Amino acid sequence: MSYDGLWPYVFIVVAGWLATDIWRWLGVLFGNRIDERSELLQWVRAVATALVAAVIARLILFPTGALAGSPFALRIAAVLFGAACFFAAGRRQIVGIGASVAFLAAGLALTGT
Amino acid sequence: MTAAPQTVSSSPLRVQARWFVFGMRGIFSLPSLILALSFVGFAAFTAEAGIPVEQAIFMTGIVWALPAKVILVGSMLSGAHLVTAFLAVTLSSVRMMPMVASLVPEIRTRRTPTWLLLLLSHFVAITAWVFAMERIQAVPREGRVAFFAGFGITLTMTNVVLVGLAYGAVEEFPPLVSGCLFFLTPVYFLTSIWLSARHRVVYWALGAGLVFGGIFAVVAPQYDILLAGVVGGTLAWWAERAFRLRKAGAA
Repeated sequence: MSYDGLWPYVFIVVAGWLATDIWRWLGVLFGNRIDERSELLQWVRAVATALVAAVIARLILFPTGALAGSPFALRIAAVLFGAACFFAAGRRQIVGIGASVAFLAAGLALTGT
Repeated sequence: MTAAPQTVSSSPLRVQARWFVFGMRGIFSLPSLILALSFVGFAAFTAEAGIPVEQAIFMTGIVWALPAKVILVGSMLSGAHLVTAFLAVTLSSVRMMPMVASLVPEIRTRRTPTWLLLLLSHFVAITAWVFAMERIQAVPREGRVAFFAGFGITLTMTNVVLVGLAYGAVEEFPPLVSGCLFFLTPVYFLTSIWLSARHRVVYWALGAGLVFGGIFAVVAPQYDILLAGVVGGTLAWWAERAFRLRKAGAA
């Protein structure tokens, strides 16, 4: 899409702000009536997680910009290495993120991309 | 946590202000640091995607939730229709409802106006929510709204400014550095989802979403996020439910 004029702002307000804040407001207004264990909420959790996971897959498999020309296997290996360090360190987020990015950086430097 | 501000007896406004400042200081914490790094990554992502800096700053403040924004940018990139983008973002944001719903009873008093809660609910996203739920017990009830407001507003504003600053810097960086910054977003999400999962179905949906996200990105690039979310999420929910019911039946 074109990023000129008012249209991108309309897009952000409708598909970004309204789409998100509606649920925050509903949480305030009807918060007390939600059953945490309901099957509907389980489905919502699953779909919400899968949506973010789909974005993650897209970013890793088909990155834009500086990573677009980087080797596919390097990106996958960086994620796997980060995951291994994450679990080995007792699920410490900073370790997982740091290891993954460091692996990628080393790989990019070595392959010269 | 250091000495708590004095309670109502002195000047109520002053006490509220002190709790607000107390919340602001949460900006110097590990979760805030990790989030800030991720927003540098987000700035790199939008810069590489060609989204103008004003729009990147604007969406950081007005949408706030990082997954929603990444889905929004992903939709803009793939040229998705407004309705498709709205559906994908809104489905990812439904989880805001139970998050806000579980936070509100923890912070409100009988005198807290609903309009204030509606306003403050905008600052709820995964990092602020986890931070508040962990630390709110140490704050007396009359200071909790101010405490959350102090933390939430500071966290949002800091990252709005950060996106603006980082966006300009990203273009000066060598490709290796901007590539690594871009990579922060997916690995931050992977670890965050894993750590914030309170239900088994979340792990299953993570796996399903990754697989279907890859498939649909090739097969149906304009609708990949929405399709992978609904198809992958529903399959994960169905399979986990079958597993859960069978286990309950066997027990």
